[in-house]
Amino acid sequence: MTSGPDTTLLPANGPTAPPRANGELVFDAPWQTRIFGATVALYEAGRFEWNDFQQRLIAAITDHEAVIEAETSDESSDYDYWGCWLDAFRGLADENGWAGATTLHDMEHQLEARPAGHDH
Amino acid sequence: MTHEHEHEHEHEHEHEHEHDPRAIRTEALERLLVDQGLITSAAIDTIIERYETDVGPLNGARVVAKAWTDPEYRARLLADGTTAIAELGIGGPQGEKMVVVENTPAVHNVIVCTLCSCYPWPVLGLPPAWYKDPAYRSRVVREPRKVLSEFGLTLDDNTEVRVWDSSAEIRYLVLPERPASTTGADERTLAELVTRDAMIGVARIDA
Repeated sequence: MTSGPDTTLLPANGPTAPPRANGELVFDAPWQTRIFGATVALYEAGRFEWNDFQQRLIAAITDHEAVIEAETSDESSDYDYWGCWLDAFRGLADENGWAGATTLHDMEHQLEARPAGHDH
Repeated sequence: MTHEHEHEHEHEHEHEHEHDPRAIRTEALERLLVDQGLITSAAIDTIIERYETDVGPLNGARVVAKAWTDPEYRARLLADGTTAIAELGIGGPQGEKMVVVENTPAVHNVIVCTLCSCYPWPVLGLPPAWYKDPAYRSRVVREPRKVLSEFGLTLDDNTEVRVWDSSAEIRYLVLPERPASTTGADERTLAELVTRDAMIGVARIDA
């Protein structure tokens, strides 16, 4: 190495950083955690091939990026990764007959119609 | 739309997830799947709990530390990552086909998923936000040295940079260089030095 000791690594991630949590917060909202968990639970139950989901996720991300690029010069400002995941999952659920468009919209309307402050 | 209204909308967006159509959609999907007996809400809870506590970079750090201290394990790991990682009881979704690439003074490896967000969950947990960011995904392929320098990692001009795109079924893990100063350290001590970013290839491990 020619530039002397490398002391510029991000301190938060450096080797002397305090005990790390195993991972980090990767979700910004409870629904993101939930759709992730539902996807993996369904996958582990053997209900779909991961590649089917992955191809949908790639397509959703590609579409989303095209929209963002058309709207703004900063390509990550409104980046909605978990929204893409949700779209991909919805497509998978539709294709497999788990949640057709009509069924899904009916359920969404039912949930939206709950009184405020509802208790599960 | 007035500026004030815009601001109010942002505020709602941040704090009232229940009014977020994506939250409603997620809940609706979960209900429908549960109603059909395809999954249970408890199974979802279990998965979330697992990824919040057990599955993460500490697993990868154990793999790296073992490879640093056991030359035969290192050879097996580089020959067949999936099997060698499974020896430590580590495996699961997104780790079905693991390839481990070794950093040396001559070669520096870095991983990316250019198309979406493929990442070796069993050894690193879920990817950080920047890994999924379009900027990282496109730029690390185009100008890896510049991106790495932005992470604080300046490579020698003679070091070859290899960028591994986690496409198809393959997930990559970088085996970082062991710091020279750790001679004699045991596996457990070494594991504590290994960082997630080093196993992605955007950092070096100093000790």
